[in-house]
Amino acid sequence: MHPLLLRVQHTFSAGVTNVSDWRGDVSVTVTRDKLREVAQFLRDDPGMDFDYIVHVSSVDWPDDEERFEVVWEFYSIRKRQRIRLKTRVPEADCVVDSLTDLWRGADFMEREVYDMMGIRFRNHPDLRRILMPDDYTEGYPLRKDFPLRGKGWRDTFDFLDEVPR
Amino acid sequence: MAFEDQRTTVYKVNPEHPESETLPTLRTEELLLNMGPQHPSTHGVLKVILELEGERLVKSTPVMGYLHRGVEKLAEDGTYHQFIPHTDRLDYVCAMYNNFAYCRAVEKLLNLQVPERAEYLRTIVAEVQRIIGHQFWLSAQALDIGAMTVFFYCFRDREILLDWFDELCGARLTTSWYRIGGVERDLTPTLIDKLKQFLDYFPPKIDEYQVFLEKNRIWLGRTKGVAVISAEDAVSFGLSGPVLRGSGVDYDLRKYEPYSAYPKCEFSVPVGKNGDTYDRYWIRVMELYESVKIIRQCLEQMQDGPIMADAPSVTLPPKERVFTNLEAMIQQFKLFSQGFDAPPGEIYCGTEAHKGELGFHIVSTGGGKPYRLKIRAPSFIHMGAFDHMAKGYMISDACTIFGTYDIVMGECDR
Repeated sequence: MHPLLLRVQHTFSAGVTNVSDWRGDVSVTVTRDKLREVAQFLRDDPGMDFDYIVHVSSVDWPDDEERFEVVWEFYSIRKRQRIRLKTRVPEADCVVDSLTDLWRGADFMEREVYDMMGIRFRNHPDLRRILMPDDYTEGYPLRKDFPLRGKGWRDTFDFLDEVPR
Repeated sequence: MAFEDQRTTVYKVNPEHPESETLPTLRTEELLLNMGPQHPSTHGVLKVILELEGERLVKSTPVMGYLHRGVEKLAEDGTYHQFIPHTDRLDYVCAMYNNFAYCRAVEKLLNLQVPERAEYLRTIVAEVQRIIGHQFWLSAQALDIGAMTVFFYCFRDREILLDWFDELCGARLTTSWYRIGGVERDLTPTLIDKLKQFLDYFPPKIDEYQVFLEKNRIWLGRTKGVAVISAEDAVSFGLSGPVLRGSGVDYDLRKYEPYSAYPKCEFSVPVGKNGDTYDRYWIRVMELYESVKIIRQCLEQMQDGPIMADAPSVTLPPKERVFTNLEAMIQQFKLFSQGFDAPPGEIYCGTEAHKGELGFHIVSTGGGKPYRLKIRAPSFIHMGAFDHMAKGYMISDACTIFGTYDIVMGECDR
């Protein structure tokens, strides 16, 4: 197993639910309550030193018990290593800790995840929609149960009649 | 530039006119100003709500999404090949690099080796695209700040390369020339000659751009010490590309995680010191020289060979065979109607585009379509630092900051 994974698994034995090393991408899944602790460890531990946040993403698995997966990708500029941190969130309690105070760039990235997937971030400074309009009521577009063509909101737009020439 | 100091000097009473002390207290309040979405220097449709104290920015809140087209949702509905033209429309001034980043991500998912000649071709065209991107950026930034001449000079030279793209793939901006496993077609001898001519023609022109700007007091005054960000903050915000390197961090994926033909070329990564707009300008201009160097080396080293990986279940057959050969036609039809069977798994692949790290995070559950595709767009992430970088500067500096990010809203909103 990859030394980074060994280290994380050794430190948080109970919190780590899955590790994988595929195509050179190292990824670790942790339980939701341990997320902040692991993230803090990844950033501050001298062997980890993940100072750079690459992106925050989310995946919808409608058939799973814990429906959503939030994905953080970190990079260490000094150590030149990458890690992917994942956690699962059930639909009924769609909240996960925000990492904005650890990596400031997480602010906009987490807002996007909230906007697109409807996952709320606890202690986020400004959790609003970012790409969709503020008054958008059709739900969260990147969920798998959202139809590709939308739910009909666009059909209600007023169109101006063509001006006769 | 310290915010507090500036404020105290602005409101100081003039000692030569003591009567001004007896003036009635003026009503002061913060002013909210909407900048955009149709402001010419916001590079597309972006709105920023500015909270002002006099002419100084106290807080700025970017409002984005005017150009949101749901590209990530569309990706889940089409095959891997069908998504390539969508990537053109992300950062529409530098389509080649988006194609490149996407194809690399899919190749990582498939564990597909690209032939050597294709790697060289990819590197050459990517660097040509980087030159175009930086020319476009330089002209737009100079125009925002008020230097119009540079705009015309840059566009004159950009036109040569766009015509070159036109001859290469039939399109100037939305190119779609990269393919999963290789490239669509090879460079012809005419194209190579034209490119060599351009490489001889171009470096003196870069000097020319610099002459216009580096001794221009207005340019220096509006870029030096404007929008300073420390290395620590820049890393914490996840900035990348010239915006991060301007603060003195030499993070460049071409060096950190070498890909394509970059490890075979010698080039340096310019790094700034002060983290201000001027340093970011300087880096981009230096990168123009480096790009010329990389293209020269690639043209010298490139050997003949195939331009598409030998993996018929994944790669598209050459167009001339599709119309003459039954098997090739069936293969083309199958690839576009069903797609290829990608292995289940999850990858992230970042590529150093001219704006910063452009990454694709693909989750596959097998089958011909991506289950989830997330685009790490540098423009979007740079906007996250806007408030931090604009605090304490003037309204007119807001335009400079949009410019210094090299922001393109198609990529920002996706």
